[in-house]
Amino acid sequence: MLKKEDKIFKNLYNEFGWEIENSIKRDDWKDTKNIISKGRDWIISEIKASELRGRGGAGFSTGLKWSFAPKEVGSRPHYLVINADESEPGTCKDRDILRFEPQKLIEGCLIAGFAVNAHVCYIYIRGEYFNEGKRLQVAIDQAYEKGFLGKNACSSGWDFDIHIHYGAGAYICGEETALLESIEGNKGQPRLKPPFPALVGLYGCPTIVNNVETIAVVPTILRRGGKWFASIGKPKNTGTKIFCISGNVNSPCNVEEEMGIPLKELIEKHAGGVIGGWDNLQAVIPGGSSMPLLSKKICDTITMDFDALIENKSGLGTAGVVVINKDQDIISCMARIARFYKHESCGQCTPCREGAGWMWRILDRIEKRKATFSDIELLSDVTKQIEGHTICAFGEGSAWPIQGLLRHFRKEIESRCREEPLIRKKTNNPYLVDQHLLEKKNA
Amino acid sequence: MSLKKVHDDQPKDFKFSSDNLKKAEEILKKYPEKNKKSAVMPFLYLAQRQNNNWIPLAAMKYIANFLSMPYISVYEVATFYTMYNLAPVGKHFIQVCTTTPCLIRGADKIVKLCKEKISPKENELSKAGDCSWMEVECLGACVSAPMIQINDDYYEDLDEKSAKDILDSLIKDKPLKPGSYRGRANTSPEKKQTVNGENHA
Repeated sequence: MLKKEDKIFKNLYNEFGWEIENSIKRDDWKDTKNIISKGRDWIISEIKASELRGRGGAGFSTGLKWSFAPKEVGSRPHYLVINADESEPGTCKDRDILRFEPQKLIEGCLIAGFAVNAHVCYIYIRGEYFNEGKRLQVAIDQAYEKGFLGKNACSSGWDFDIHIHYGAGAYICGEETALLESIEGNKGQPRLKPPFPALVGLYGCPTIVNNVETIAVVPTILRRGGKWFASIGKPKNTGTKIFCISGNVNSPCNVEEEMGIPLKELIEKHAGGVIGGWDNLQAVIPGGSSMPLLSKKICDTITMDFDALIENKSGLGTAGVVVINKDQDIISCMARIARFYKHESCGQCTPCREGAGWMWRILDRIEKRKATFSDIELLSDVTKQIEGHTICAFGEGSAWPIQGLLRHFRKEIESRCREEPLIRKKTNNPYLVDQHLLEKKNA
Repeated sequence: MSLKKVHDDQPKDFKFSSDNLKKAEEILKKYPEKNKKSAVMPFLYLAQRQNNNWIPLAAMKYIANFLSMPYISVYEVATFYTMYNLAPVGKHFIQVCTTTPCLIRGADKIVKLCKEKISPKENELSKAGDCSWMEVECLGACVSAPMIQINDDYYEDLDEKSAKDILDSLIKDKPLKPGSYRGRANTSPEKKQTVNGENHA
């Protein structure tokens, strides 16, 4: 369990005030000038030493990502873009950082911007977080007043500006290249990679895109040292993480804990346990809706970190833990997730655009007990046809949860299917072009 | 991608108010000179706020001229993103989150209430009071489920009774305060143990 002094987000519940004076009391903006004066290479090597992995879902090494930015600024300026388009069902951690710890994010932006040679940073906030964006703008203005941003930011000799850009309700804009398209004023449809944004990103310039939580922990890591951060959690899965525990628990909450905490401990200690007791647990979605669910048997022992969850064919994702107990109909829960993906597909790649709706319709049939056994195979086949055949990871995100359902709840699905197909073969078909195929005697 | 219908009855003209013109100039400063197309999303928001929370086609044409970009590109953006309303919505615009985390805490009951109190169909103006409602996908407040958004504000930790109170207050045009309806501080764990979930909708 995480010690109190190791918590990074001390004001996660706004107990101490979010204004800049209060956050300075909590050691924000302490020694920032000093940190920047140690230079780019030191910052990046310290972040690498901390083994910080991106908190937005993919879990890519942050230090490594920063090192991909060109060392020297060429003819094109560099950009830093913060992804605050938090739309993954089950996740609401960035919202609390934007509301209650904005200075951590702003300070992180300055340091990260310096590390990747960027003078301009865009924070892309989802449109629904209108009030959170307003709050962040006030916090940015306060930082400008104190001289922490703008020309010669924090007297470090580095000019740095932060702008907020609102999204408008498209889940896909959480994908980094779609997000860049959206800032450029286009539809949010992902780009083909490579080239990666680190070389060709916003306006065709080198761009580093990071999640809010990733950037917000950076100042504390640099103040306390990469070794300190690496000492929390497990090897390669280091540090602290904000977990969002929602669903059928007695007291749903956001909580900062160390990586690799057992799931059972997380739920029982912080969220007041599963409604109806641990034995009433049916399944857990461990990392936002696009990660496959875990059956109760796995939940008994699993630890919450990137690698342990991958071993169990799931993933930590954004650490949005959705607890589903036995009072819920698991198939209707997953059908709703499939509907979410059907609604949010950007429509660029055919397998995803068509497949997402297809999966939803089949699950809907199963939920209503109108499916046949062959539908199960069809469903499994559709998920495989989507996975790996799309430009961005949305395809996997929509297919994996269904695959997880098929893996863990096949019996439940089968119990709702029936043998005979809904539409029986008509014996007196009107003439069709390929009528001969239907008639056995001609085959 | 969502299905959206452009309103039949369109105003002929649209112009930014002088206030919004100033705001537009400020917004343009955020982006590089040659990339002013980036301002299309904030401009659409300005137009939406100016025009009773929906965007007429005339506004899209106006913005296209303003940013010297093709009208169709503005149209594309306005139809792609779900938060741009292309037809009038109520003065109190209720968005009910019904994605799984909210669903398993009883969002369907709130939808039912909306159907009873506001209008039987989504995106239909109510008879009493100036309200309309729609189902939306995850609003990113999952630990405060079930929740609804009314205009810009989040109403969290609802149950059937509090949702009913909120809807009634909207119909009377005296909206209740946003925030948690279980009296907790933001997203902190509650000290009080709820007995097998009697405390949610």
